[in-house]
Amino acid sequence: MNSASCAAKISTQPFSLNPTSPASHDRPLVSPKPTSLFLGSTRKLRLSSSSKLNLHRRSGTVVAVSDVVKQKKSKSTHSLLITKEEGLELYEDMILGRAFEDMCAQMYYRGKMFGFVHLYNGQEAVSTGFIKLLKQQDSVVSTYRDHVHALSKGVPARAVMSELFGKTTGCCRGQGGSMHMFSREHNLLGGFAFIGEGIPVATGAAFTSKYKREVLKEADCDHVTLAFFGDGTCNNGQFFECLNMAALWKLPIVFVVENNLWAIGMSHLRATSDPQIYKKGPAFGMPGIHVDGMDVLKVREVAKEAIGRARRGEGPTLVECETYRFRGHSLADPDELRDPAEKAHYAARDPITALKKYLIENSLASEADLKAIDKKIDEVVEDAVEFADESPVPSQSQLLENVFADPKGFGIGPDGRYRCEDPKFTEGTAHV
Amino acid sequence: MGFRNIIGRRLGLGLVRRRKPFSTATCDGDGNGNAKSINLYSAINQALHIALETDNRAFVFGEDVSFGGVFRCTTGLADRFGKARVFNTPLCEQGIVGFGIGLAAMGNRAIAEIQFADYIYPAFDQIVNEAAKFRYRSGNQFNCGGLTIRAPYGAVGHGGHYHSQSPEAFFCHVPGIKVVIPRSPRQAKGLLLSCIRDPNPVVFFEPKWLYRLAVEEVPEHDYMLPLSEAEVIRQGSDITLVGWGAQLSVMEQACNEAEKDGISCELIDLKTLLPWDKETVEASVRKTGRVLISHEAPVTGGFGAEISASIVERCFLRLEAPVARVCGLDTPFPLVFEPFYMPTKNKILDAIKATVNY
Repeated sequence: MNSASCAAKISTQPFSLNPTSPASHDRPLVSPKPTSLFLGSTRKLRLSSSSKLNLHRRSGTVVAVSDVVKQKKSKSTHSLLITKEEGLELYEDMILGRAFEDMCAQMYYRGKMFGFVHLYNGQEAVSTGFIKLLKQQDSVVSTYRDHVHALSKGVPARAVMSELFGKTTGCCRGQGGSMHMFSREHNLLGGFAFIGEGIPVATGAAFTSKYKREVLKEADCDHVTLAFFGDGTCNNGQFFECLNMAALWKLPIVFVVENNLWAIGMSHLRATSDPQIYKKGPAFGMPGIHVDGMDVLKVREVAKEAIGRARRGEGPTLVECETYRFRGHSLADPDELRDPAEKAHYAARDPITALKKYLIENSLASEADLKAIDKKIDEVVEDAVEFADESPVPSQSQLLENVFADPKGFGIGPDGRYRCEDPKFTEGTAHV
Repeated sequence: MGFRNIIGRRLGLGLVRRRKPFSTATCDGDGNGNAKSINLYSAINQALHIALETDNRAFVFGEDVSFGGVFRCTTGLADRFGKARVFNTPLCEQGIVGFGIGLAAMGNRAIAEIQFADYIYPAFDQIVNEAAKFRYRSGNQFNCGGLTIRAPYGAVGHGGHYHSQSPEAFFCHVPGIKVVIPRSPRQAKGLLLSCIRDPNPVVFFEPKWLYRLAVEEVPEHDYMLPLSEAEVIRQGSDITLVGWGAQLSVMEQACNEAEKDGISCELIDLKTLLPWDKETVEASVRKTGRVLISHEAPVTGGFGAEISASIVERCFLRLEAPVARVCGLDTPFPLVFEPFYMPTKNKILDAIKATVNY
């Protein structure tokens, strides 16, 4: 798999999508064929379960991570995919994501955070591979599994941890919690508990960017929006509606599917008529790409191209990342339904282990460098927990704020005080 | 047959079941024979087993129902009745309900599960525009009476914005569907079986807080409880309290405290919100002259407003105090502030005293 030359191959292909041209399947440019080397993994999961239903199975051989890395190593050293700095940046980001999520689990079981918490372990390559290529002004829209997207986008670990603890110093002042991370500074548009609800929001954000460039003539506005969502969401109406709108209006957006094969307890293969999600892109007039989401370098290559397309004004892309979550759906999920063999298969493809191996074997970093990063991240995460612990809980007056734009219309009574400070407030009716 | 106290493990639910003066049920669950002490999700599970047993054109479908559901309500159904009758759907609420309407229109009993009531909104269009109006606009040629939509609703302590909502008020505004909310395991089983067999589309909200916490003796046989009949679950003479679902246990606690101050409270479980039993509530208010309504949903536009308006229409001269509503605040359901947002026992107690001393 010579990824470097493949990257070159794609960039020379003119990706001009003419919306007025006829049926999309006539356009060879639109869907890079699954056999193209650029696509990274063409591997599909072979299920070992013997279900009596007529499953639409993906067949193919299973290749372990070490094979992948060996293939990379066979290239000559001057065509490495990343520089040392980039490699360390990617490594640090993934370690931060992993350490943070592990700390979340600890804190949850100690009762410091509560509610529904969904951890991202195992999927770090997707977040790091995509988001590290973005600028601050680019927008990211995520799902309820959003802690690591927030961290990759640049939201400080302290702010995220405080938000999880429900403190005022959290990125949303403690209002949202685990599933609703927002950051205006870093253009993180949330955190959506409801699947699919973020995709139209991302579509609107992408439209703004295009509008600014073409109508308001802010020539340097080439902001891109990334929408992350899962395999279950790809059966939801909102997903299809937005693929249509984005392709129709050629919006600068990348739809990133984190296909981890499971929607709580429902296998993707049993819920979808055609489980190959990337094929849905060309049906709407945009390229659809499948990539190995456990390999950060492959994800990064695909991301570069997709984000580049969007920046150049060539329109949206649908990227399906084959990935896996090592933990259950949420911290309340006992995770009994997944086949241990499947879990073991993906555990062997841990993205962090893979990157570490790549860095060391290509002499981009030494064990000592990486250990130093591990230690640094441990300290960052511990500091975040301490900070969150010591931060104040929001005062009760915050409950009535931000329902409307004008707090005086609701939060503050005619006597000038916040309504909830009124002793009669315990009677339980808050008047609008 | 004795009366039983329902003992909840944490909330200290003290619902005392007294003989129902207004019930006309043919089989009201006082059942002789086997009764086992089970919790709410088990009662619902039993009801579903019975429903599928007694009608071979009944189906249960929704997200994750196959392995038992995220609240274990559908455990064992797929194994027993097969994947053709109990199956998972993809994640598309609008599709789930619309598909259910189609099944029902062709004479099947479709029992659709919406994983959390907060997720019901994409299906709102199908429920309001299609399910509610199907019989009406086809001139009774078709109907989707076989459709029952089950959804867990209400606060659970840590649910936040999207796992705690109480959307019953939105559905109570739609002529053509019924809205039913049980308060306990025995009620849930009987009411759910009635809903499934009722020839109208029904939205059945299950209080998720009570899935494990509420434990009660539930008869093992098939029984149904009547819809549109409210139940006076505690007799009193000073003030009438009206509620439904999990909120009743909180109101019961407030009633007990008020009793210590010499205030005798009458507590009514509405059970069916649409169409609701106005006669029972009116009769009670005629006796006491005061009424207080409590629900978790935000106060403005909540179902308490409908009850209040109807009672005032019917009992204006009898009322000795304004109708009190102790409900959730007019904010989105909060995360950290949940205890402050909820209509707690103290808020209800304050309101009882204020109303009685008006």
